[in-house]
Formats: sequence, structure tokens, C-alpha cells
Amino acid sequence: MNDIYEGLVSAFWLVVTFDADLMEISLRSLQVSLTALVIASAIALPLGTFLAIRRFRYRRLVISLLNALMGLPPVVVGLIVYILLSRSGPFGVFGLLFTPTAMIIAQVVIITPLIASITHQAMRELWAEYHDLLISLNTSAWQRIKTLIWDGRRNLLTASLAGFGRAIGEVGAIMIVGGNIDNATRVLTTAIALETGKGDFALALALGFVLIALAIGINICIHWLSRTEREGRW
Amino acid sequence: MIARVFALVSTVFLGTATLADEIRLAVTTSFENSGLADVLLPAIKEDIDLDVQLLVVGTGQALRLGRAGDVDAILVHSRAAEEAFVAEKHGTYRREIMYNDFVLIGPKDDPAGVGKARSVAEALKRVGVTKPAFVSRGDDSGTHKKEIALWRAADFDPATFAAWYREVGAGMGASLNTAAGLDAYILADRASWLNFGNKANLTLLYAGDAALFNQYAFLAVNPEKHPHVQNDLAVKLEAWLTSPRAAELINGYTINGETLFTFNAKPE
Repeated sequence: MNDIYEGLVSAFWLVVTFDADLMEISLRSLQVSLTALVIASAIALPLGTFLAIRRFRYRRLVISLLNALMGLPPVVVGLIVYILLSRSGPFGVFGLLFTPTAMIIAQVVIITPLIASITHQAMRELWAEYHDLLISLNTSAWQRIKTLIWDGRRNLLTASLAGFGRAIGEVGAIMIVGGNIDNATRVLTTAIALETGKGDFALALALGFVLIALAIGINICIHWLSRTEREGRW
Repeated sequence: MIARVFALVSTVFLGTATLADEIRLAVTTSFENSGLADVLLPAIKEDIDLDVQLLVVGTGQALRLGRAGDVDAILVHSRAAEEAFVAEKHGTYRREIMYNDFVLIGPKDDPAGVGKARSVAEALKRVGVTKPAFVSRGDDSGTHKKEIALWRAADFDPATFAAWYREVGAGMGASLNTAAGLDAYILADRASWLNFGNKANLTLLYAGDAALFNQYAFLAVNPEKHPHVQNDLAVKLEAWLTSPRAAELINGYTINGETLFTFNAKPE
């Protein structure tokens, strides 16, 4: 219990003194996870909506696959991305291994199925409501996807935030493809793993509390920016 | 709203840019945990304007990264594996830089009597007979290989050990955490042990046998095999690591007044 108290105290001091290292790794955490979130959302939101409105032959298979991929172990994703980006792998010429870009790629792979799956669930219900209207207006598939995404934006926000939560708290994949290099690819989660390894539990916990605070802050920010959960608008 | 989100996102992205040369060096966890890197890296930056990016992994993985050409050089401590690396032409030669030593750590009450041993072989024999909880790295790292070699030298085969011998498959720090939790014996390098913050009921029981010395060597990845590696920078770094300035910093590095590393690079 004492460790938790010490962790809280050192977290407090790290934050109020604007510790330079802490700022750097926190910003890098945000940079990597937010980029991954934007890219993953751009793929997953239309994909999930498409799966909800379109009937095709292997639809069920694709949906089951997507749901299964939600539980993809990050370490496995990390290892596969590592092998692909390694100098001796197929994409080695780009020299992306051990850069923030590699970390973003791994996180996109991890969170895209999650966001697409939640999107699909939400859109299926909305589509049941909108089905007759959109069909009778003779809309194209792309128009339907756009309408549903816009009208279902609250649900999609939840889907994206779930993806963000998984990305910012992830450690297994980015440890392998990023390498936890100081001043280059060290982020909050890998720093926590490192400090735990050194037995410095207070600092590790402090970083953990900063990570939790950051996740809460981002969530509040996004809700505030998109004006959800307000009177008359929810 | 979109404009505001965009503004928020773009502020986050003002990325990092450095002008100095960068080299990727795979090092072992024991080297990083010793804290010596925090002394050497700023000095390297100052003297030869080189940013050394450390990839902290086990010796097994470090050699693997070198084989794939994902790093420019490696600094590890497992002679047999290093010689195999050179024999496979992944590196051109190995250059010895410095050594530190391994220590046997265990619970303060020392049920196996390791503290009374006169050699490391005798200490391990006592452990092998009494069978108290013993934590092994089990991750194919330099420390793990050393531990196996020491068991063999004491006429034991770790592969035949029962459940008291726990292979955790983790780095030095994580293994020490496990040993602290189990009140178990463990072989650690002195640097990691002195810097370790969660000692709990553990204490240093045996050290000093010459068999426990731990030689670090620098290997530049062979540019003929991997044309993209920055061999010129690796050579520059090697020259610095074997210089009198490095000798002074390495020999002068202490924790709680104890010297950790002994510089022993031979001039070319």
C-alpha cells in the first residue's frame, strides 16, 4: 500500500514540476496513439458501417473474423509487424523499424478490428431504423454510409474512444517494434515496464497515474469538443 | 468542431528532430540497468557528436537484431554466442571493452548456506542439494547462459531440475522482482543488483570467484552483409569506447562507493 502512496506523491511532483522527460514521453504517447486512432477510424468506421448495410456472400465470415480479431494479442501483432519491417523482412528497405511510425502501424492493426466491430454493432441497429427511408430515397451505398456515420456519430465516438483506450494502454506490440529507445520511441507504457524492471515501483506507478489521467483528460476533451452528454442533445 | 479537433491533434504532432548522427546499438538489460549508459551517452554526444539510440534487450535478442541488420552495432556479454556471430560473418570481429561480475543473491537467512561457500561451484552445489527456490532468467540472455555454464561446472544439469528451479523468461529486473517475491536465490550481475530498488528480504551472499567475471564486447554489424548499416559511425563509437576517456569514465563509475566495471580494452 505504501508503494501506491509514494507513487501518487511522485506522480504529483512529476506533474507540477513539468518534468521534461515526462512531458516528452507523454506527448509521444499521445502522438502515437492519436495518429493510430485517426488512421484506424478512417478505415474502421466506413468498414463497420458497410458491413451493417450491405449483404454479401461471406458477410458472416467477415464479421466473425472481425470480432475474433478484437482479441488479437498485441505481442503477436508486434512480432509480425517487426518481422515485416525488419531489415531482412519485405518492407525493410523503408527503415521504419524502431521509429514512432512502426509503433503507429502496430497500433492501427490492433485497434482497427475493435473499432470496426463496435461500429458494426451500433450501425446495425441504426440501419434497421433508417432502412426504409434510405431505400425509398434511392440513395447510393456511399450516401447511405455517410448518412449513417453522421447520424450515428455518438456511437462512433464510443467506438473510437474504446480504440484509443486500447492504443494508449498497449505495451506488448510497441515494445517490440519501437524498442523503447530513450528520446526516440519511449512512451508511457514502455517506460512503466522499464521502471518496474528496475524495481522502482514508485516511479512506475507515478507514470501509471499520469497515463490514467491522460486517458481521462482526452476522453473529457473529446466529449466536450463534440458537445455530447448535454441537455437536449443526448 | 472539426477545426478544433484538428488544432488539438496538430499541436501534438510537432515532432522530434535531431541534427546529430544517430546510431542504433543493441545492449543487454544488465548494461542498461547498471546506469553506466547515463554516464557514457552524454559524454559520447559531447565528444564525437553522436546520438546513441539504445535498444535494451537480452543478449539472444541483441544478436538476433544484429543478424537481421536492424541495428548498427551490439554490446553484449556472451563469448561463445559472440564468436558464433562473427563466424557467421554477421560481424567482422569482437572487441573487448570492459568486464563486471556476477553475484549470487538470496534470502538473508540463507537456508542453503551459500554465504559459507569458498567457490561458486561449491555455492551452487549447496543450492542444488538443498533445493531452495531458485529463479533463473530462462530467456537465453548472457546472464542465463552464464548461469547454465556455472551449473554445468558444478556438475548439475538445470534441465533436470524440479519445480524449485523457476525459469521466468524475463529480464534481469523482472527476474529480481520475482526472486524478491519468492524469497528465492538468483544469479544477477552486480550492477543490476546494486541499482535494483525492490530488494525486500534479499541480500548479496557470494561474489568474487574468477568464474563469475563477465566480459562485455562490442561488435559492429558487418557492412558487407548489411550494406545499409552505418559502419563508419560504429567504428567511430568503437574508437571512443576504447579510448582513455572511456576508460576513465568506466573505471570511475561507482554506486554506493562500489566500482562496477573494469575497463580492459586493448589498444589496436
